[in-house]
Amino acid sequence: MKTIIKYVLLDLLKNKTILVYTLILAAITISVSGIGDNASKALLSLLNITLLFVPIISILFSTIYFFNSVEFTELLLAQPIKRKTMLLAEYAGIAIALTIAYLVGVGVPICIFYYNLAAVTLIISGLFLTLIFSALALLIFVLFKDKTKGIGAAIITALFFILLFDGLLLSFIYSFSDYPIEKPLLGLISLNPVDLARILVLLQLDAAVMMGYSGALFKKFMGSAMGSIYTLVCMLCWTIIPLITAARIFKKKDI
Amino acid sequence: MKRVLSYLLLHVFLLSAATPGFATIIKVHPAANSIHHAADNARSGDTLLLQKGIYREHDIIISKKLTITGEGFPVIDGESKYQVFIITSDSVIIQGLQIQHIGKVSITDMAGIRIVNAKCVTIKNNRLINNTFGIYLQNATRCYIVNNMIHSDTKDEINGGNGIHAWKSTHLSITGNSISGHRDGIYFEFVTDSYIAANTSFDNARYGLHFMFSHNDTYTQNTFKSNGAGVAVMYSKGVIMHDNEFVHNWGDASYGLLLKEITDSKIEHNRFTKNTVGIHMEGTTRVDVRHNIFEDNGWGVRVQASCSGSNFVENNFIGNSFDVTTNGSMMLNVFNNNYWDKYDGYDLDKNNIGDVSYYPVSVYAVITEKIPPAMILYRSFLTDMMDQVEKVMPTIIPDMLKDDHPLMKKLKL
Repeated sequence: MKTIIKYVLLDLLKNKTILVYTLILAAITISVSGIGDNASKALLSLLNITLLFVPIISILFSTIYFFNSVEFTELLLAQPIKRKTMLLAEYAGIAIALTIAYLVGVGVPICIFYYNLAAVTLIISGLFLTLIFSALALLIFVLFKDKTKGIGAAIITALFFILLFDGLLLSFIYSFSDYPIEKPLLGLISLNPVDLARILVLLQLDAAVMMGYSGALFKKFMGSAMGSIYTLVCMLCWTIIPLITAARIFKKKDI
Repeated sequence: MKRVLSYLLLHVFLLSAATPGFATIIKVHPAANSIHHAADNARSGDTLLLQKGIYREHDIIISKKLTITGEGFPVIDGESKYQVFIITSDSVIIQGLQIQHIGKVSITDMAGIRIVNAKCVTIKNNRLINNTFGIYLQNATRCYIVNNMIHSDTKDEINGGNGIHAWKSTHLSITGNSISGHRDGIYFEFVTDSYIAANTSFDNARYGLHFMFSHNDTYTQNTFKSNGAGVAVMYSKGVIMHDNEFVHNWGDASYGLLLKEITDSKIEHNRFTKNTVGIHMEGTTRVDVRHNIFEDNGWGVRVQASCSGSNFVENNFIGNSFDVTTNGSMMLNVFNNNYWDKYDGYDLDKNNIGDVSYYPVSVYAVITEKIPPAMILYRSFLTDMMDQVEKVMPTIIPDMLKDDHPLMKKLKL
């Protein structure tokens, strides 16, 4: 397994895309940090960037990479290696590469500029988003045989979590506004890793609004240590469940 | 010349002879009922000089014009059962005492110092610690409450009393006090023409300052910090609020300044920092909000549709999550010449006034005002997009609420 991870990593580090991704993230982070004198404002902009770019790039890049290395995968499967090990090793390779890119691009600059709890939370949620969306890419890879369809699915998945889910949530809130929906909402939010990441960081940052009477419940739950742990566990589930599902499907897949 | 002088001297002598003797200074030492005795035996105009120590006395009624001065902060202890001073005479002065552990009963509001039907009483440089009510003014006129330290450990609104409580009084002057840990820091009910200045009111269970039916009062240069629900000014006319600081009044139901049914008042040169809501206005008429700074609040100003004739002119709105919200489409108030840090218009003629109007109410603010749980989508990509769309084509936001002359640069306030 280690050997496969090593080769995937080496291959990816030679790949220019990861390098460009790192550079773009670093450029955005440094420029945003340089403009404002207000730390929380800069962190907010970085949060928006993280929530928008990280899922899309992670899922798209991973999907394309998986589909492009189909031949490599087939070659490896001819060897006496378990399918599960092979698949997870490939995932680990790409996840590590993207994680390094995020850490170098966003993590290091914000740790230098503002090292506080909010910054650390932002880095943690960015890392989780990377892991989650590359895991989803893996799932897409095992579900679709065709590369074009796979990429289409990846785009739709990313858009769904970034935009569509919130739209649906808003219409849900609108139609059930006469009922006490705060608690169901907390449950629904767990279904979207992007929202989870956003709220996790926001509670460290923009607490004033979240602490208005409407945000009171969210703050009470998500702001507590229990809430943070719950959020992290949810994100962990979001990483592990797609991986396990992908491995299961891949076991029986006709290649 | 000499004659005139002797004539004058004679006059002075005759005048002093007319009053019953010269005022004397009576030293009081800690003993059983020593203050009671001293107060009973003293004549009007005397000074009681309380020596350092602990006095366990209560219900001391001051019905003569006395000056009670403490040396080295003598402690008068209510033993958590009783009240201490009750002043019923005019022109009493109480200074330099430490009054502590006033009791709590349901029938009366027990206070460290209670002023009843008196004029020109001065309460100066005292410490009032762990009392139900600190200073209680009841039908008082022209009283001075100066530089007192009033502290208690009230846990909730029901069991606590107010730091300075004034009822049906007029022409009070409350300056330089530090009040903390009470229910309301300063409470005014039917108090008119009074002046509250340079006080610090913090960590109180309910309001830092609470006005009810109190007209023509001024409060200035006060600091209200970390109070349970901020400052409330209700059902009053002609209140002037300037140069105050409202800081960190933070919580589910907390306001920097809550205005309810306020008429003809002025809010000027105040600073609202890190409050959940900077100013919350309900049913106000003709309130002038000028030259204030709203910084890092959850909501800068929340103006209910029931407010009318108010002007918001030349204020700075910086770093608030939402600058303004309202609960209807009707807007009978005027916003003009304010600085908004979220304004992204342009200024072609370089006259420092933006050429396009600014709509301070964001669409998301409208949604959360209607449906509070929608707050969970705050700062998601979707809501940012909705705000942008709404900026191009306003349909949801109240289009009457706008600043036609937004400033390009921060005002120096």
